Amino acid sequence: MTAKPDIEKLKKISTQVRRDIVRMVHSCQSGHPGGSLGCTEYFVALYFCIMDHDPSFKMNGDNEDIFFLSNGHISPVWYSVLARSGYFDVAELATFRKLNTRLQGHPATEEELPGIRIASGSLGQGLSVALGAAQAKKLNGDNHLVYTLMGDGEQQEGQIWEAAMYAAHNKIDNVIATIDYNGQQIDGPVDEVNSLLNLKAKWESFGWQVLECNGNDIGQLIHTLEDAKAASGKKKPILILMETAMGRGVDFMEGTHKWHGAAPNDEQLASALSQLNETVGDY
Amino acid sequence: MNTKLTFTEKKDTRSGFGVGLLEAGQANDQVVGLCADLIGSLKMGDFKKNFPERFFQVGIAEANMVGLAAGLTIGGKIPFTGTFANFATGRVYDQIRQSVAYSGKNVKICASHAGLTLGEDGATHQILEDIGMMKMLPHMTVVVPCDYEQTRLATKAVAEHNGPVYLRFGRPKWPIFTSPNADFKIGKADKLIEGSDVTIIATGHMVWKAIEAEAILAEKGISAEIINMHTIKPLDEMAIIASVSKTKCVVTAEEHQYNGGLGESVARVLAQELPSPQEFIAVKDSFGESGTPDQLLEKYGLGTNHIVEAAQKAIQRKG
Repeated sequence: MTAKPDIEKLKKISTQVRRDIVRMVHSCQSGHPGGSLGCTEYFVALYFCIMDHDPSFKMNGDNEDIFFLSNGHISPVWYSVLARSGYFDVAELATFRKLNTRLQGHPATEEELPGIRIASGSLGQGLSVALGAAQAKKLNGDNHLVYTLMGDGEQQEGQIWEAAMYAAHNKIDNVIATIDYNGQQIDGPVDEVNSLLNLKAKWESFGWQVLECNGNDIGQLIHTLEDAKAASGKKKPILILMETAMGRGVDFMEGTHKWHGAAPNDEQLASALSQLNETVGDY
Repeated sequence: MNTKLTFTEKKDTRSGFGVGLLEAGQANDQVVGLCADLIGSLKMGDFKKNFPERFFQVGIAEANMVGLAAGLTIGGKIPFTGTFANFATGRVYDQIRQSVAYSGKNVKICASHAGLTLGEDGATHQILEDIGMMKMLPHMTVVVPCDYEQTRLATKAVAEHNGPVYLRFGRPKWPIFTSPNADFKIGKADKLIEGSDVTIIATGHMVWKAIEAEAILAEKGISAEIINMHTIKPLDEMAIIASVSKTKCVVTAEEHQYNGGLGESVARVLAQELPSPQEFIAVKDSFGESGTPDQLLEKYGLGTNHIVEAAQKAIQRKG
């Protein structure tokens, strides 16, 4: 990082992104606000502070940092941050999940929305894709990094552990993977559905360097992401266990799986927006 | 045309893949290989030896292999994944669907040991549903070459084609009857023998069986036209219509279930364009079992004489 991040500015953007998320999900009466709200700081930090990236968007991502979203259902936060960092017009956020939109329910490449390099939604696949893209960067002599985000419930998918084993064996050290560790999945708390037990120990035993942080404290999150960047290139893959609160920023959505995939009604939208001031302008 | 097709040598189609992959890698340094612990079986050893930095041993983790391949395309690589046809398709259908086909990634899914001719390993490994699964995916091209030389040429053609491809080949040594210098074009069927009474459209190993059947039919005074349909998708519909317009009936032959295979694709074209009697040489909704390739082809109705009988039946049905 060349300059000290403007934390106040990033907080304002985060609040606006949260407004976008609840308005998008309300408008089409579907989508996943919970995880989107919980990961807002992560996306804002990546796109406004951490990544060296080009909003004019090239699919091959040569000579820039690239990002893959594995838990594709939190598309609202990604779309909002892509638009607000210049990938496309924020007005297009109004088309989310509507017929003929480029903003599909889950991220897709077919409609050529700038910023999306792979379809995701069926869980467990993003880490493998990120590792392949990272190996291509190495072959191309490109020193930029590959970032990817997964869910914690998603850790129940077997493919993730295939990828985890492969990355350490092959010393893939240009990937920074993050887990949204919010403890919730659709059917309830992760510990009740199928417990992950000691997730940190699992990843460490698979040969990864594991960092931990509070993903809703943007200052701490940026500090951790900078630590992760500094740890790259040392023959070990890097994982951030990022604790977040599902539904963060809207009191009645926070900390429960009930808003994993549910849309607010008009009254709930008004209540949510009253808690989230318009900062850099609604779409 | 109509000079008798013969062979002097047998080789496995997977070896044609191995040589084709090496040649594709020599021609284009963006070609990379991935394998799930079957380098010897897939004949990928020469590629690995020549291009160690462009070869990725993934271990027994096919889902991860498909995702890695999709990711490699983003940096401009042309990945060829290698494993047995069962693990290449059915085991990882959703990974292929989302990360490769729907995402439009330039991944080449290369599959050996397809069909009954895998032989003694039995039904767990003898996938007979893979053509159907792959041809149903939007954006996917499906190529099933017939012998060693054609598999070599198909592999090189696949490397030059931009888009996801399923390339299916097999284990046993099989007659080589195509030219090493043939002009192989994805989506363009080969008319091997000209005929007038019945069209036999075959794919993969069954093309040789169709050639054997043609000789027997000729002795009986029946003129069979033999088409090698090495590309199941996109299907050469014009070749089918042109031939069946002349012969008025057709037999399809494949090492696959009759549900979802080449036969169904041909039937769709004919039902719409030129309704005609069709007989299906394919596995009739059952799993395979252990045995030698020839024993299995006979037991499951895919032998040379089964094609002969099917041709005679199709001709009778012309009415």
